[in-house]
Amino acid sequence: MTTPVLELRNLSKTFQLPRKGGWFAGHLDHHAVRDVSLTLPRNTILGLVGESGSGKSTTGLMTMRLIEPSSGRVLIDGTDITTLTQAELKPYRRQMQIVVQDSYSALDPMMTLACIVAEPLHIHGLGTSDDQTEQALAMLDRVGLHRSYGQRYPHELSGGQRQRVAIARALILRPHVLVADEPTSALDVSVKAQIINLLLDLQQEMGLSILFISHDLSVVRSLTDRVAVMFNGRIVETAATETIFSDARHPYTQGLLSAIPVLNPRDRRPRRFLTADDIERGIPRLPGAGATPALVQVGPDHLVEAVAG
Amino acid sequence: MPLVDIQNLHVSFPQHEGLVQAVRGMSLTIEPGESLGIVGESGSGKSVTCMAALRLLREPPSRITADRLILDGVDMLTASRRDLARVRGKVASMVFQDPMSAFDPVFTIGHQIVETIRAHTDASLSTAKDQAVALLDRVRIKTPVSILNSYPHQLSGGMLQRAMIAMALSCRPKILFADEPTTALDVTIQAQILALIKELQAELGMGLVMVTHDLGVVAETVDRLVVMYGGRVMEEGPVQAIFDDPRHPYTRALLNSIPGRTPGKQRLTEIPGQSPNPMSPPAGCPFHPRCTDALPDCATTPPAMRPIAPGRAAACWALT
Repeated sequence: MTTPVLELRNLSKTFQLPRKGGWFAGHLDHHAVRDVSLTLPRNTILGLVGESGSGKSTTGLMTMRLIEPSSGRVLIDGTDITTLTQAELKPYRRQMQIVVQDSYSALDPMMTLACIVAEPLHIHGLGTSDDQTEQALAMLDRVGLHRSYGQRYPHELSGGQRQRVAIARALILRPHVLVADEPTSALDVSVKAQIINLLLDLQQEMGLSILFISHDLSVVRSLTDRVAVMFNGRIVETAATETIFSDARHPYTQGLLSAIPVLNPRDRRPRRFLTADDIERGIPRLPGAGATPALVQVGPDHLVEAVAG
Repeated sequence: MPLVDIQNLHVSFPQHEGLVQAVRGMSLTIEPGESLGIVGESGSGKSVTCMAALRLLREPPSRITADRLILDGVDMLTASRRDLARVRGKVASMVFQDPMSAFDPVFTIGHQIVETIRAHTDASLSTAKDQAVALLDRVRIKTPVSILNSYPHQLSGGMLQRAMIAMALSCRPKILFADEPTTALDVTIQAQILALIKELQAELGMGLVMVTHDLGVVAETVDRLVVMYGGRVMEEGPVQAIFDDPRHPYTRALLNSIPGRTPGKQRLTEIPGQSPNPMSPPAGCPFHPRCTDALPDCATTPPAMRPIAPGRAAACWALT
């Protein structure tokens, strides 16, 4: 088997929140991410799906080591990068890049687009200054912004165009892994389709692997090969994308799917809404499972959280 | 008599760089009890239309003109401040996308709902409080009293949006304008809020205007649909008919670009190009630079709305 470009092993993150009651009251542990293991094979798009507070963005940031994990390991191309110093990490940064939801705050308002997109080349000392600019303009052109945009500033762009710039900047180093954290959530429908197509095209062209973090299951269906569903900091189900849509086993996945608005008014239906308690109580009971909830294989390449029963 | 009667509405905002023409000749009528969706992308003029209908825009700087702008028999263009205040709340009320910024952070939810009730009725403080509890109960909040005593920052987005809806309903309006009420919420919470709005609309026999960029939200909630682009109406009709057989090229393109319609990883049908600049909208049909069916006329003369079936109309030169 070939080494996956990205592997997360038992990744956890605990944030310490101040406890109410003054300076000396101590702190509460908030388990944002618990024991998450994922593999991202070469040339695939993995959707990491969940709602606010599910830990999906924290997982994405830990992958980039923009947040330090409390425990567990991150492997890029088989190399453990969890304990590297920032200096040792730098060469690996070339292989992993991130695009975030709010492109407005991710782009320096004082820099031209050419400078923004060329900056990673500059930081990694790749090529002469002229080369860097030329590459940046070519990259802008590739993401659908004419070379003349190189002289413009972020505030002159629409949301979709800014997201294109963020993608250009992330991909100029030809990374192996792209973490895309809700890159289409703030965009209009027609622009969203443009950005999804761009990501699909670039993934094919560059042999890129993408960890696509999103709460939007419709986008995930069109874009990803596999899906991992997060709930309360845990992965509760993972399978090929179409398996998730046709044969979801975990109550939370089923709840998420049933909450998607219909695509045609004809399909309107009354809905049942699950509370967090319903979900915890509804965890599948399977013969082979252990006493505490853990991922169990239920089909080829289909894991679901289950307990013994 | 329609509850809302808007004819040839124009709204513009002068800016440093020029005049932003947000709405350019919008006409809309809404019957009592009807549920209408206004769908459009950022800058299409959908929110501004609603704000203008309630005269919620500050004038100046904004400029509103219309041949008719009537809400429940009141001419909103000439109404006094007092009449406007009566219409807002009693005839029509509005919920916004971001409930956190719509509530005042320094007063409790209860204080703000009671204030609204007492501004519109002569209810005593204790009656108003009882009414507030009943309202929160009506929007399916399980612990109304504790929510009334909470400040906005103490509540989740979904809970705040429920409280916002309760406040909007406090004076029994005849129509509720909901401007992207679920855009900031998680999917499961969105489904709950949409279900709630539909239930309340049926329960109270109230009109509903659902403003959104999300075709799924209108497919879920409304009976009639208006599609806006570049400050104009492109197409309107019964929601089912438009989804089954969109006639305007923009509506067609929009429906085709929805992700997740068919199984499998695949490229989507995108609409090339970008929305028109509201400071210099193209002559003719605003959609013609991106339209695959554009005719020579489209670039020069804006098409008027033409009836295409009972209750259906579209503004397009290429209609057959």
